[in-house]
Amino acid sequence: MRLRTAWVALLGIAVAVNVACGGSEPSNKSADASSPSATPSGQRVDTANAGAVTGVVQIDGVPPKNEAIKMNADPVCIRENKTPQFQETYMVSSDGKTLGNVFVYVKDGLGNYAFDNPTTPATIDQKECRYHPHVFGMRVGQPLEILNSDPTLHNIHALPKNNSEFNNGQPIQGMKMTHTFDKPEVMVPFKCDVHGWMNAYVGVLPHPYFAVTKDDGKFELKDVPAGTYTIEAWHEKLGPMTQSVTIGPKESKEITFVFKAASPTATN
Amino acid sequence: MLHRFSQFVAACTVLLILAGSLVTSHDAGLSVPDWPTSYGWSMFTFPPSMWVANILYEHGHRLIATSVGFLTIVLAVWLWIAEPRRWLRWLGVAALGAIIAQGMLGGLTVLFFLPPAVSTAHAGLAEIFFCLTVAIALFTSPGWNAAGASVDDATLRGFATATTILVYSQILIGATMRHTGAGLAIPDFPMMFGHIIPDHWDGAIAIHFAHRVGALVVTLSVVSLAAFIWTRHRDRAELTRPVLLLLALVATQVTLGALTVLSRRDPWINSFHVVNGAMVLTTSLVITLRSWRTPIRNAEAGTSLGPAMPSPAGANPQPALSTSPSALRNPESTLKRRA
Repeated sequence: MRLRTAWVALLGIAVAVNVACGGSEPSNKSADASSPSATPSGQRVDTANAGAVTGVVQIDGVPPKNEAIKMNADPVCIRENKTPQFQETYMVSSDGKTLGNVFVYVKDGLGNYAFDNPTTPATIDQKECRYHPHVFGMRVGQPLEILNSDPTLHNIHALPKNNSEFNNGQPIQGMKMTHTFDKPEVMVPFKCDVHGWMNAYVGVLPHPYFAVTKDDGKFELKDVPAGTYTIEAWHEKLGPMTQSVTIGPKESKEITFVFKAASPTATN
Repeated sequence: MLHRFSQFVAACTVLLILAGSLVTSHDAGLSVPDWPTSYGWSMFTFPPSMWVANILYEHGHRLIATSVGFLTIVLAVWLWIAEPRRWLRWLGVAALGAIIAQGMLGGLTVLFFLPPAVSTAHAGLAEIFFCLTVAIALFTSPGWNAAGASVDDATLRGFATATTILVYSQILIGATMRHTGAGLAIPDFPMMFGHIIPDHWDGAIAIHFAHRVGALVVTLSVVSLAAFIWTRHRDRAELTRPVLLLLALVATQVTLGALTVLSRRDPWINSFHVVNGAMVLTTSLVITLRSWRTPIRNAEAGTSLGPAMPSPAGANPQPALSTSPSALRNPESTLKRRA
């Protein structure tokens, strides 16, 4: 009796395991993109009378060196990268005065202006075991195309606070998936849990007034309607800084952000 | 043979705990985003060429866990067929239930992006499962089933049991610290922000501090238990040998804990700290179970499954009967033969 009971139990467990662990070849599935939001209502920007906010992001002091990346864990990553790789935390100009990879945007002041949803997708590519771009902006409801250009697998793992977290595998070169964020958020980090050195950040905004500086530190926010605005500059290690600026019709104002570099002995 | 196999399952569980701790130490818990499949493949057919970087740790952990699961099925079935002690048969079933629950918790923690409560429960249940495999190995051992008196000291039982509970509590605090990202909430050692106790607090600092205090409490408890055994039961090798091992393991554990902080959580040091912690727990458990051997065997005798244990002082003398599995299966015929 005990023996028969044991065999029945064993068979049941074997069936359960077989059902649970079975799987098929991977499919090139995409995440469902949420449906485009309805035509936004609200005041439209009169671009004929709009102005601009331009400026530069500077850095005061010498920032820490960017961390070197060891890609030994994946031979494909070593093969794809012919030169030594470093994190892109501090993208400083050759004269050491200006700072790149800073996300600059209108944080406040737009009231109830409405903006058309963009139809072209934003993109992020996993190439040479790095994210391209490292810092970028996109719109709420805009499709984000996530591409794996590498001959190795990645997982794309977003860790938002306001939006839904997701983590999808892209094991095959050329796989593409699409995702949309339905709430504004500055910033949403991305990471690859397979290759721990990979990271990126996206700012998700309900309006088009954002830019990312290159290492010359320059930014331009075009077609900004007249008004008083809070402009924020965000850096992944140095944090955010804000300024208030008032622009009149067809007026262009220039502002400067100056980040103090962390002490070289500071722990990041 | 059953005893040897149960030892093998316990040894494989050590490997499984190491594999699991390497996953967390390398932040690889979500490197395989799906479960129970692996990037869409069955976990058994996922190509080894794709086990790159952190996937090696996560997928390796899943394969080792599945293997230990199958071994546990065999152990539970073997116990059910061959073990005359009903409670031990059900202990095998409990071990099987535990590892199935472990698998579910592991899958849930991946699918829900590592919620700290689920990840901590996964870590805590891993230790319980390891304890069950070690207990089964002990209960099937010739030493446990041999005739002859064993220690019968109620104070020792209380002391050893309390120590084991303290060790497990410390492990749970450590798991909570690990899975809430508080491992370096206090970045220096042995001082805390340059002071004896932290000069400022938040949740992460509090849990990290609790783990350091817990280490002190466990160390004191183990040292006291060792002193107790050495003064009262120096002639009992089944207690003195494991308590010496326990002292060595606790010293190693404190060292590894310090090095984990000083190395800024080197993944391998961190992982061996977890595995060594599991060894501390099960060594304390062995001492505890051996201190309870007399009441357990007396309870077995009460259910006709074996002889009562002779008291060391000679009171309540009982015939020293064989406690081999065959004798236990037929206690009445054994008694008739003796008569």
